[in-house]
Amino acid sequence: MAEAVDFKVIGTSPVRPDGVDKVTGRAQYGADLNLPNMIYGRVLRSPHAHARIKRVDTSKARAIPGVYAVVSGADFPQAQHGEIGGEGGGDISDLAKNIMARDKVLYHGHAVAAVAARSQQVAEQALAAIEVEYEVLKPVLDVLEAMQPEAPLLDDKLFTKNLPEKPEKPSNIAAVMQLARGNVDQGFEQADVIVEGEYRIPMAHQGYIEPHACIANTNEAGQSTVWCCTQGHFEFRAMTAKVLNMNVADLKFIASEIGGGFGGKTVVYLEPVAVLLSRKARRPVKMMMSREEVFRATGPTSGTVCRVKVGAKKDGTLTAAKAWLAYEAGAYAGAPMGPGAMSIFAPYALENFKVEAFDVLVNKPKVAAYRAPGAPQSMHAMECALDELARKLNMDPLDLRMKNAADEGTQAPYGPKFPVIGLKACLNAAKAHPNYTKALPEGAGRGVAVGFWFNVGMQSSAEVHINENGTVTVVEGNPDIGGSRASMCLMAAETLGVPYEQVRALIGDTESTGFSNVTGGSRTTFATGMAVVRACEDIIAQCRARAAATWGVDDDQVLWEDGQAIPAPGVNADVKPLTLADIAANAAKTGGPLLGRASLNAQGAGASFSVNIADVQVDRDTGKVDVLSFTAIQDAGRAIHKAYVEGQMQGGAAQGIGWALNEEYIFNADGVMENAGFLDYRMPVASDLPMIDTHIVEVPNPSHPYGVRGVGETPIVAPLAAMANAVRDAIGIRINDLPLSPPRVLAVLDA
Amino acid sequence: MSKIQVTTSVNGEEVEFLCEAQQTLLDVLRETLGRTGTKEGCATGDCGACSVLVDDRLICACLMLAVEAGGHEITTIEGIATDEGLHPIQQKFLEHAALQCGICTPGLIVATKSLLDRHPNPDETTIRYWLAGNLCRCTGYDKIVRAVQDVARDLAHPA
Repeated sequence: MAEAVDFKVIGTSPVRPDGVDKVTGRAQYGADLNLPNMIYGRVLRSPHAHARIKRVDTSKARAIPGVYAVVSGADFPQAQHGEIGGEGGGDISDLAKNIMARDKVLYHGHAVAAVAARSQQVAEQALAAIEVEYEVLKPVLDVLEAMQPEAPLLDDKLFTKNLPEKPEKPSNIAAVMQLARGNVDQGFEQADVIVEGEYRIPMAHQGYIEPHACIANTNEAGQSTVWCCTQGHFEFRAMTAKVLNMNVADLKFIASEIGGGFGGKTVVYLEPVAVLLSRKARRPVKMMMSREEVFRATGPTSGTVCRVKVGAKKDGTLTAAKAWLAYEAGAYAGAPMGPGAMSIFAPYALENFKVEAFDVLVNKPKVAAYRAPGAPQSMHAMECALDELARKLNMDPLDLRMKNAADEGTQAPYGPKFPVIGLKACLNAAKAHPNYTKALPEGAGRGVAVGFWFNVGMQSSAEVHINENGTVTVVEGNPDIGGSRASMCLMAAETLGVPYEQVRALIGDTESTGFSNVTGGSRTTFATGMAVVRACEDIIAQCRARAAATWGVDDDQVLWEDGQAIPAPGVNADVKPLTLADIAANAAKTGGPLLGRASLNAQGAGASFSVNIADVQVDRDTGKVDVLSFTAIQDAGRAIHKAYVEGQMQGGAAQGIGWALNEEYIFNADGVMENAGFLDYRMPVASDLPMIDTHIVEVPNPSHPYGVRGVGETPIVAPLAAMANAVRDAIGIRINDLPLSPPRVLAVLDA
Repeated sequence: MSKIQVTTSVNGEEVEFLCEAQQTLLDVLRETLGRTGTKEGCATGDCGACSVLVDDRLICACLMLAVEAGGHEITTIEGIATDEGLHPIQQKFLEHAALQCGICTPGLIVATKSLLDRHPNPDETTIRYWLAGNLCRCTGYDKIVRAVQDVARDLAHPA
């Protein structure tokens, strides 16, 4: 089905079904709901990056009129150990301590208490009245320092995992991992040219514009309804239940519209606190983070130190590659060093490689998933090294990559053999793209890089209801973060053979639809889309059966074409085709309403590769880098909604460009983030960017009925190195570290 | 502390409210008046999600005290569409897929209205600088700029 099909609606770009509410201000996001009798919750946060909590006294706060509830670590149950689901790694008991510190605070901004009061102002007064006595400890902020044996320990019960023998001493290194194949030393001996470098990238934030927000309404039986902005309300329910030792059946989670997430809204921060406050106050409690709290106390992505060494023969054939990757986890274990290690060499066929990776605790916020978590950092190192290698070999950088490109049958560094993949198609598209050969202005530079992401499947559910007039309602469980309702409607319309406008999609809450994992891992259009297609196929089977019964023929003598039941060729049935509307209108007489459903654990997510081309100009007086042109080329498998696929590519490019040029967490020596606001945490604005050219490559994924691979994450991977390589080309000097902000670039130019 | 009574106009309707001296226009719009289409992204004037028009001047509602609204005409996202339907800016944002999550969209539409009221035929640079106060993290701005260009083209050459 994936090949050589003339689609009717797939690949078009219709207006999204939820669009009008989003351009008129009607759509309700996390902070937009208010309930009768509602009060406001606020969180008291640690002023220290590392300290022991000696005493918390909330009595004065409780005595303030208008204060309904106060909680601190002592009010939370001891959470059990266990893996957090979804895309972010980590342990449930760490998650519990992250949302409310118990005996230690581990970063500046760590929650230590919370209040619920009749107004935000009273809540602020109450926070000021809470007394906390700290024993201040020395923080460790640098990942390399944190790995030293004498470094201050965040957790003196943490022993490094995955070592051959259990270590005798605790360490800030939570875990190590290794991937290796062949003989790296021999590989380097065969090399004619070797490039080696260390590349540092500081912590960066997803930067979604909507701060975290929720309302919890808990009744006297302990049952709670939570409305919140989330990438996955089922997983928020599970995490909240585990943190509070509750039964999931007593928690109902309703996903509001979500104002961006990029991985950052896959774990809970406020929700369990709000449930507990609401239980104590016996009123609905609304909690909203400030932007400053979002920066200081949610999960950015890891700062990293990546060392890479690559060797090649004169003809460009890679003979060996080696990487050493240190990822900051922040306050608790769970940095994305695994995907970082598995992705760094994924685009290339390598016989000899070795990767060592480290998950390292530092006194900074606990990291969360951020779009292709872990891959941008490690692949930046490799793609910069390959750029240098191409220069030494005097080879076109795309030709060098093509020479070594993974293809169908190549064994990926992380284990399996690739099925059909689109890397070579992307490289060919880049080589042929006019933006790769157009003349550069005087002094400008051009850089290229390859991006990759695994993409995931996981569990999804979908129901399809046929209304009495033949219109279609799709119900699924993945918050729509970038137009996925439109994609679901397109796939349903294509499968059923009805017009797009006849289909609407809604996101059910945890009590009204089946379980679905998070909107993350680039899985929604792939996995939930597959569930929607299967549910539509269920509808088609039912429609054929009902038409067969109506006509007095067998089910297999009825075909479904263009949205109607028709008799199979050769069937002697002098009947008129029955449309979906005809069958729906007659449903009461043929067995009742039409309801299709499907649930699955999707297998066969297709890896997505990309190639980016960046042109930059560097101002030699200020060090400012201007982006002249940016081209994103990516294999989408199949673009269901073309404009939203382009949008993912453009948005990921903009985030990657921002990360490459300006974005970074700046900490002082005490571990206080000094740029916790949008003025100083400098994300790209409209005047920073050119149009972002896109070229969608379509190498269909055989595991999806329409060939979808998933497109959301790959776009952020390649821009970091593409930009760095372009700056190298422009100024003639390699800068290994990011961001390439004016001070850093100027220092290099002036050196 | 006693509250202050303010009389103003929101989207052409006379509105009265009570507020405290330190409350921002954004707080009152969202929490007192229920106009939640205006969003809070930062509360420091850096993201533009709370863009509104005050007497046709584009401002961040988080940077204006609610008491200052007295006697002025406030236009929020809820006041952009008319009885005839969506404003052309809203329609073009939809057609160009110029929103993904949509949280910045109300502010961008209000800012675009302000831009086109003053510069009906802006070039790309003018559009990008005029909208530089409105952060969007999803789109990379490409489709937003194209939507604005398309509205401007229609204004210059009505069908």
